[in-house]
Amino acid sequence: MSYPLLSLAIWIPVAAGIIVLSTGSDRNAGLARILALAGAMLGFVVTLPLYVGFDTTTAAMQFVESSVWIPNFNIHYRLGVDGISVLFVLLNSLITVFVVLAGWQVIKRKIAQYNAAFLIMSGLMNGIFCALDGMLFYVFFEASLIPLYLIIGIWGGPNRVYAAIKFFLYTLLGSLLFLLALIYLFNVSGSFSILEWHDLRIPQNAQIWLFLAFLMAFAVKVPMFPVHTWLPDAHVEAPTGGSVVLAAIALKLGAYGFLRFSLPIAPDAAHELTWLMIALSLIAVVYIGFVALAQKDMKKLVAYSSISHMGFVTLGFFMLSALSVEGALVQMISHGFVSAAMFLCIGVLYDRMHSRQIADYGGVVNTMPKFAALFMLFAMANAGLPATSGFVGEFMVILAAVKFNFWIGFAAATTLILGAAYTLWMYKRVVFGAMTNDPVRELVDLNRREFLILALLALCVLGMGLYPQPFTEVMHVSVDNLLKHVALPKY
Amino acid sequence: MFANFAVPDFFPAAPEIFLLAMTCVILLLDLTVQSPRRTLTFALTQATLLGCALLTLFLFVTRLIASQEYSHIEIIANYTFSNMFIDDGLADFLKLLTYFTVMATLFYSRRYIEDRQAIPRGEYYVLALFATLGMMVMISANHFLTIYLGLELLSLALYATVALNRASATATEAAMKYFVLGALASGMLLYGMSMLYGATHGALEIGAVAEQLRAYQELGSVDKTALVFGLVFIVAGLAFKLGVVPFHMWLPDVYHGAPTSVTLLIAAAPKLAAFAMTVRLLVSGMLDLSADWRAMLMLLAVLSMAVGNIVAIMQTNIKRMLAYSAISHMGFMLLGLAAGVSVAGQQHGLMEAYSASMFYVVTYVLTTLAAFGLMMLLAREGFESDRLDDFKGLNKRSPWFAAMMMILMLSMAGIPFFVGFFAKFAVLRAVVDFGHYWLAIAAVLFSLIGAFYYLRVIKIMYFDEPEADNAAPITAGFFTKTLVSANSLAVAAVGLFPNLLLGICNASLRGVLPKI
Repeated sequence: MSYPLLSLAIWIPVAAGIIVLSTGSDRNAGLARILALAGAMLGFVVTLPLYVGFDTTTAAMQFVESSVWIPNFNIHYRLGVDGISVLFVLLNSLITVFVVLAGWQVIKRKIAQYNAAFLIMSGLMNGIFCALDGMLFYVFFEASLIPLYLIIGIWGGPNRVYAAIKFFLYTLLGSLLFLLALIYLFNVSGSFSILEWHDLRIPQNAQIWLFLAFLMAFAVKVPMFPVHTWLPDAHVEAPTGGSVVLAAIALKLGAYGFLRFSLPIAPDAAHELTWLMIALSLIAVVYIGFVALAQKDMKKLVAYSSISHMGFVTLGFFMLSALSVEGALVQMISHGFVSAAMFLCIGVLYDRMHSRQIADYGGVVNTMPKFAALFMLFAMANAGLPATSGFVGEFMVILAAVKFNFWIGFAAATTLILGAAYTLWMYKRVVFGAMTNDPVRELVDLNRREFLILALLALCVLGMGLYPQPFTEVMHVSVDNLLKHVALPKY
Repeated sequence: MFANFAVPDFFPAAPEIFLLAMTCVILLLDLTVQSPRRTLTFALTQATLLGCALLTLFLFVTRLIASQEYSHIEIIANYTFSNMFIDDGLADFLKLLTYFTVMATLFYSRRYIEDRQAIPRGEYYVLALFATLGMMVMISANHFLTIYLGLELLSLALYATVALNRASATATEAAMKYFVLGALASGMLLYGMSMLYGATHGALEIGAVAEQLRAYQELGSVDKTALVFGLVFIVAGLAFKLGVVPFHMWLPDVYHGAPTSVTLLIAAAPKLAAFAMTVRLLVSGMLDLSADWRAMLMLLAVLSMAVGNIVAIMQTNIKRMLAYSAISHMGFMLLGLAAGVSVAGQQHGLMEAYSASMFYVVTYVLTTLAAFGLMMLLAREGFESDRLDDFKGLNKRSPWFAAMMMILMLSMAGIPFFVGFFAKFAVLRAVVDFGHYWLAIAAVLFSLIGAFYYLRVIKIMYFDEPEADNAAPITAGFFTKTLVSANSLAVAAVGLFPNLLLGICNASLRGVLPKI
């Protein structure tokens, strides 16, 4: 039995999206929702065999599919996953189910288009994680901008148009230079195969340029300081589902790109520019941490906290040790759960109060005890409390950082303090204290749908925090192989 | 005195002869047609174009069979009228595209001109046919004079169509502007040709020019002043016809002033003919001067991308916006022609660069066709649907056509999976292949600026609320709707599977490079 599982993981959500789209106007909203949920569930189910059937003893690509796409340019439809990418396919498909559920009652206009956009985006993002052909990767990478642009622009907040266009142009700027890098690699190697590029010998000078071009694309996507400014705008204006996908999956694309392109294709440049990457990462961790502390808007606060956490991820990558890279990968998965949960929690409050200002809340625990308990867990995970998933990755990276250089480790460790400060302070101001106004007094606790989503996410967060083995086991061999590869000079 | 006169072989020019004959017949018949809808004229026009397509296909198949008989690796080209006229792969392919483009143009325009009393209908169809004839002659020209002949036939027909709406002051102004500037450009082209005529000892045929230049090249130290002087004027003339900066002034006014049906007639098919003319003159004729014309084209390309993309941002009229977008697209296309370096007779990689440009033009025409078709579909009597604001909230009125317009805009912006992306990719690949990294970076940065105004159209359709006065339902017929949809979906489909078209572009350019 060899079903093209990866193709299914990509095209089932896309096809489901098109079917949902064909239900047309809002008169068939119920049907659209059910079809969307079915599509998302099916999309998730087909990714399960990827984990079950995954061979953790090899670093080679698995579930490989390959056929010619555009022979004129030697572009192939090549798919495959290794220990680095497989978990993201699962994460992405799972989050899509939550996103469809989260918009169930909240989205009231153009329901078919809303769900279709998310499903299509989910498929395209699976494509990014699975693509082993540079052009295929790029095509998915750019095409996934379109649905998110529409999601922010149509269902977003008051300043949505500005945020949507800023998001699109910012990311496009990075990816266009990335395209030139891909073309350069194609002209040098005559192929678009990423794995062949890994073995390509490139002069140091060219490696630096390639690395910088990759950096433009991925740094914007991660986002790294100083090209992070699009993210808070996009997050604040996006509907809850949009924020969830953006934080949980879209940000991971950039980080994944570093592992798939920057490190293996331009390893010598990576060694040479380690200082730059570590410096930018630390600025993101510390400076953006302080920025988060000053936010008055809950979504903005979590957005800045995402940037800070992603700074941790890039820090882990560029210390180039097994512990740090694995820690960073665990942090990516964990952040996928935690940030999704945080945005969903804020969405729950926003749906009831139509405000994201921290100052409008206070004493929510009195009216929404179930919500307060779950929110507490996620806030703790965001702060990196032991026994939650947030702790595992951060601890691994800090450990590796201290080994690498004490002061870098020291600076990285401040995130624990800062993270706790901004998250818990926000939590305190929103949930505890006296009930300041009437709307808060009339709040209704979680309904069953909301409870189900948050409880499932809570299980993920706790499970990963208590027993991270299944995650690290999958990625271990691939990460080792990558680091061995990076250690060899290539020019 | 006529001892040497031989009857030329009319066969390779059969489509042109057929078209000319039929156009005269339609012109006369139209005098008797009383119906205001001009159904007979319209049907005959379309039938004529279809007939031309069949004839061209037939010519192609004959050449194919003949080539196989002589076991040629390449498909042979047919020459006639003392080598003034050529029928080769490039000619057949571009002519076929021209027929279909004009046919689609006429289908899209039919209801539009019916709704507008001021536009004489019979004349519109006849002039469109004459313009088509001009394009065909341009595409098949193998001689400076034939090129000029075709160009003038096309231009004169188009000047007249712009002014068809006599009551409209803007249309008349546009026609005047087009005519004066167009005549100037033709003059420049002719002047450049005459300079070359002198500098190459009386060569006017493309092949003869190439031979003479090759001889100079081998001779070494030849004073190229007159050659380059002539070349400058020829490039200026070409630049005007392609509408690239700084010879673009006519374009926005003509696009804007002309009725939309005429704008489409100017915006789509003639680009194919202009491309053929450029390739025949610069590549087939003057490849040995490529070091000189490449630099000129690069300058034109960068200026066009800059001016086109930046000025388009400020437009509030979608026709003007598309005009500036056309300028920037033609600039991008020129990059492919400018990229190839022909070093010491080596032609490696040149074909790829030129066929990338051709792919760019062909896909651009396909996209433009659909965009203007969609505009005319949304228009109705007394409502031009040519302001950006007219597209406000289109997603509410018609989600289907909003999606179609989105495909077109994304394709023009160069976002995958749409065909515009692969067109840009093919050209960029050629540019990078020849090591012009800064050119490539400039191209992508201007594309980024361009993406803004295409995204703004999507924003207007999807994020804004409709205006009160454009909420009327779309009145277009089922056939037009299907055709516009099919055209837009083709933009997406060719984007998913671009290989076939790329292959055809490659194959049809094969005979174009001068033989060494």
